[in-house]
Amino acid sequence: MIVYLVRRVGQSLLAVMAMAILVFLGVYFIGNPVDVLINPEATQADIIATTERLGLDKPLYQQFGIFIWNALHGDLGTSFVYGRPALEIILDRLPATMELALVALFLSVGIGIPLGVWAGLRPNSIAGRTIMGGSILGFSLPNFWQGMLLILVFAVLLGWLPAGGRGETTEFLGLQVSFLTWDGLTHLILPAINLALFKMSLIIRLARANTREVCLQDYIKFARAKGLSGRRVVLVHVLKNIMIPVVTIIGLELGSMVAFAIVTETVFAWPGMGKLLIDSINLLDRPVIVAYLMLTVLIIVAINLLVDVIYSLLDPRIRLSEMKA
Amino acid sequence: MTKLLDVRDLQTHFLTRDGVAKAVDGVSFSLDKGQILGLVGESGSGKSVTGFSILGLVDPPGRVTGGQIVFDGDDLVAGGEPMLRHLRGKRIAMIFQDPMMTLNPVLRIDTQMVETVRAHEKVSRAEALRRSREALVQVGISSPDERLQSYPHQFSGGMRQRVAIAIALLHKPDLIIADEPTTALDVTIQAQILSEVQELCVKSGTALIWITHDLAVVSSLADRLAVMYAGRIIEEGPTAEVIANPRHPYTRGLIDSVPQGKRHGAMLTQIKGMTPSLLNLPQGCKFAPRCPRADDACLVEPSLAPAGADRSVRCVHPHDEPPGKVLAP
Repeated sequence: MIVYLVRRVGQSLLAVMAMAILVFLGVYFIGNPVDVLINPEATQADIIATTERLGLDKPLYQQFGIFIWNALHGDLGTSFVYGRPALEIILDRLPATMELALVALFLSVGIGIPLGVWAGLRPNSIAGRTIMGGSILGFSLPNFWQGMLLILVFAVLLGWLPAGGRGETTEFLGLQVSFLTWDGLTHLILPAINLALFKMSLIIRLARANTREVCLQDYIKFARAKGLSGRRVVLVHVLKNIMIPVVTIIGLELGSMVAFAIVTETVFAWPGMGKLLIDSINLLDRPVIVAYLMLTVLIIVAINLLVDVIYSLLDPRIRLSEMKA
Repeated sequence: MTKLLDVRDLQTHFLTRDGVAKAVDGVSFSLDKGQILGLVGESGSGKSVTGFSILGLVDPPGRVTGGQIVFDGDDLVAGGEPMLRHLRGKRIAMIFQDPMMTLNPVLRIDTQMVETVRAHEKVSRAEALRRSREALVQVGISSPDERLQSYPHQFSGGMRQRVAIAIALLHKPDLIIADEPTTALDVTIQAQILSEVQELCVKSGTALIWITHDLAVVSSLADRLAVMYAGRIIEEGPTAEVIANPRHPYTRGLIDSVPQGKRHGAMLTQIKGMTPSLLNLPQGCKFAPRCPRADDACLVEPSLAPAGADRSVRCVHPHDEPPGKVLAP
């Protein structure tokens, strides 16, 4: 297990390194930030001075070398716009996005798996068909439109919930969170549902397909032949088998939820990282974009690593082969 | 003497889009305590479906549509799921064909055994574990404590089947239904399992329904044989007599199809034709189109009629003389 973990971490580091090169090159080619940053009436001397101050006059490989060296020391550059370390700006916004993504994940798993299993056990029932029909809407309707409809119905027409913003926050483990105050919670519900709907539909379909497949297996029939209650057959024998593919998808999707909550954050004016990224791209704030992408890569790689570990806990066959490896 | 199991006119039909497939159509047989019945037939003859019908485990769209299954005085068809759930694993156990598929791959052996014990008796986990361990020893598994901690994939096929048999034995059932439990195993393992099951049944007085297509296997094991064809029993009687003197042309064909090894290079006998589709059965006797003795009288389906002492056969023109061939010396 240890050997496997070490190897797996090594692979993750390689992925991060490759991503660093891609990100840096990509951002380098999208344009000269000085053109955007500087006062249009500035003189040529000012432009040269600014370029030198930002280190943009150096050749590409030197810039990259400096970037990597600094990154290894935890410095992902200073924002051209805010004049503060890029990482610090992002970390300010990170808790809001993480909170939104985690609550959305909780909703999509907590609702998606039971509905999917139910639909899988009774594929021809009215409930099963309704769940499947609903899930098609869930991932075929555009996310921003779902968000706007949610606002229209629950904030405008019914007036039950606020339309945007984060509401009152309170400190929890040193982070600012919304879900512990009533006001914050009401602000959180709509964006979380909006972000969860797509993943929920995905999990429903995945859970249903796997449930149907597992139910045909001999070991389910054997479990019934042993005289187990229907409850135990479903909650232990079926559920543990369908969790393996579901956990993979959850892992992959959590990464994308954190990284790309942009649409939801924009619709609901949620002050998270996604909104920061959009602003930074508009201003060509290169260090912030790079820092954001690097952080995203780190998060996704870390989640994948975690998923592999959970995987081996769920499936003994994987555990064994890994130990040999 | 009351019968342990009395199946009367069982009908199990599959309602498919193409029509009703009568997988089991009017099957009747009975079983005494401690008796071993061999249920023999080709693939699709309805032998497995008969076994699953007794436990109420026929997969949809299949359904028991008629008849009675009387187990120790109770009709399981009328009793339905609530009655069946308390019998399954407790008084009637089942062993499946493919040992690679019958154990849940993600649960440890101890979990799968303990849950079986506790499904029917309120005992502590420790007590359930002790009984699981005992059952493993009973089927000849060495170092049971270690085995209990293992997962199914760490076992060979033969070992898994032993575990499945151990699970079936946990509650000392009155009846075990074994659906071709040795088909997927090596011949040597097959022989071991066979003799162990036989011994366990004799020791504990457990009745056994052994479902198989392999006459050679069942002839050394069963007290009685029931031969199935196209969802019906076509011949039934004491094993030795049925093997030595098959009355139905199909039974005779089956016995003749077993390679004898007497004369090297001799052509093997075969039954010509194929089993008919359950959706499109011939009129009258279902075997008539393949039968060398068939004539116009076979267009009316015969009933399962007594033929000699303790035997019955479903045929218009049964063999009566002792056959020239004997299965094994």
